[in-house]
Amino acid sequence: MSTATRSLPRTIGAHAILITYTMIALFPVVLVVMNSFKSRAGIFGAPLTPPTPKTFDLIGYTTVFGQGDFVHYFQNSLVVTVLSLFFVLLFGAMAAFALSEYRFRGNTLMGLYLALGIMIPIRLGTVAILQLMVATGLVNTLAALILVYTAQGLPLAIFILSEFMKQVSDDLKNAGRIDGLSEYTIFFRLVLPLVRPAMATVAVFTMIPIWNDLWFPLILAPSEETKTVTLGAQLFLGQFVTNWNAILAALSLAILPVLILYVIFSRQLIRGITSGAVK
Amino acid sequence: MDTETMAAETRAKRPIRWHVGVFLAPAVLVYTAFMILPLFGTLQLSLFRNIEQSQVFVGLGNFRTLFGDPNWSVNFWNALRNNVWFFIIHMLVQNPIGILLAALLSSPRLRFTAFYRTAIFVPTILSFVIVGFAWKLILSPIWGVAPHLMDFVGLKSFFTPWLGKEQYALTALSLVSVWQFVGIPMMLIYAALLSIPDEVIEAAECDGVTGMAQFWKIKLPLILPSIGIISILTFVGNFNAFDLIYTAQGALAGPNYSTDILGTFLYRAFFGFQLQVGDPNMGAAIATIMFLIILAGVCVYLFLVQTRLRRYQF
Repeated sequence: MSTATRSLPRTIGAHAILITYTMIALFPVVLVVMNSFKSRAGIFGAPLTPPTPKTFDLIGYTTVFGQGDFVHYFQNSLVVTVLSLFFVLLFGAMAAFALSEYRFRGNTLMGLYLALGIMIPIRLGTVAILQLMVATGLVNTLAALILVYTAQGLPLAIFILSEFMKQVSDDLKNAGRIDGLSEYTIFFRLVLPLVRPAMATVAVFTMIPIWNDLWFPLILAPSEETKTVTLGAQLFLGQFVTNWNAILAALSLAILPVLILYVIFSRQLIRGITSGAVK
Repeated sequence: MDTETMAAETRAKRPIRWHVGVFLAPAVLVYTAFMILPLFGTLQLSLFRNIEQSQVFVGLGNFRTLFGDPNWSVNFWNALRNNVWFFIIHMLVQNPIGILLAALLSSPRLRFTAFYRTAIFVPTILSFVIVGFAWKLILSPIWGVAPHLMDFVGLKSFFTPWLGKEQYALTALSLVSVWQFVGIPMMLIYAALLSIPDEVIEAAECDGVTGMAQFWKIKLPLILPSIGIISILTFVGNFNAFDLIYTAQGALAGPNYSTDILGTFLYRAFFGFQLQVGDPNMGAAIATIMFLIILAGVCVYLFLVQTRLRRYQF
């Protein structure tokens, strides 16, 4: 690369802009987490300074754990996310395999049909989904959420996974067939392990919107037993508008698990996006 | 032996290949039952009205009410107008910032890019509930963080409680949404910039095209397809938005409906609010309009934008 593109002022300028924007991106998160560890006087007196021994206070966290049933909401979110993810990955991989491996009549049409859901949001069908759930008695059950999220996640999962499955060597699969393996064994034993990196990418893409969704928990499962952590946090924040310690503590509790997961999986997520999976 | 002859042979031996059906069935069933059928069910419901406990076919009657009856149309046009503004802000602010950040990140031999990428993407993974409330607190005049910060740069006199003022609230919330989602255009454009072959850049440099000129004349035309993709993703996301407005301003999308968009309008029509009873048929009519808007956007993208942009792809 010639020196013309890399002058010192240009590099400094690039860093300056990136650092500024990084601060804009992280400032609200840092501010909320920092102030959640302070007393009320500390929150209002000096919002921009980290907690000092004088202002340090855990009153917000004790209020949150005393009031909302967050452990239970957390369990609900976990059950819904993990099961939806499992079904999206299993059913998605199976359908992707069928579409990329076999030639049958209507293959392309089926691919297009399944891809429709990438662009058209499932939310627009809410009125009929609620009627369906009422008719089948699934309202206020986690099963309703799991079914809807599975349907929501499938189109993109199938699209990405079939791109990857096309790259799996035919020789390998045919060798398996000659050895007398059934098509199911070929799929589960030969193909699935080879597309594991793609599955991880799909998993991250599927997980974030499910965990963060507010619309369907609000409409399909708002009861106390089935509340997810996102809905629980929303209602809790609504009730405690004036209790700033509790609000900041609840927000921090909602931020931290996602942030920890993100830091662990960010490499996978970013590699997935930049490998051109979403095209 | 290639797959085609293999498949042909299998077909000859076993006329019905059950395993293909078994592989496809679960996905197709769940997707059809919980996505496609409800979508068409909703479109169908929008043509009926509940009169004396029974569903009566009224043709386009609900749409006439939506566009013409002042009880509905005032709110509808208001929500549509707000939604268009919401989208314009995203296109004018989110996507240019995303492109700028991606262009900087992809500059050769810049250090700490992995850190910047990870940090700038953090808001995108947070839930709307967190984002909405955190910004509500920051912009709140009670806490005083925003005026305090503006004081540093001598702009304190410009502070007003943006979320509480009709003329600013929607723009302020759009910018919060921009803050949250800027990571997506940044990542997609970054990926596109990385995929430009080195030979193209080297050829440009041999011809003396460097720096800004190189970005405008060489790289930008090459990443146009990705800009098309982020535009359509932004469009679909914006006309389907609900959560941020709901968490920050509630279902009434205050102050005085100034932040009402189609998603919150749909929610109120469907579930009712305060004294008004929910009306599934009107809700379905609004969802149908949203569906048509999104479908129109996707069609424009697929048939006009994408076919023209493909020429630039490698």
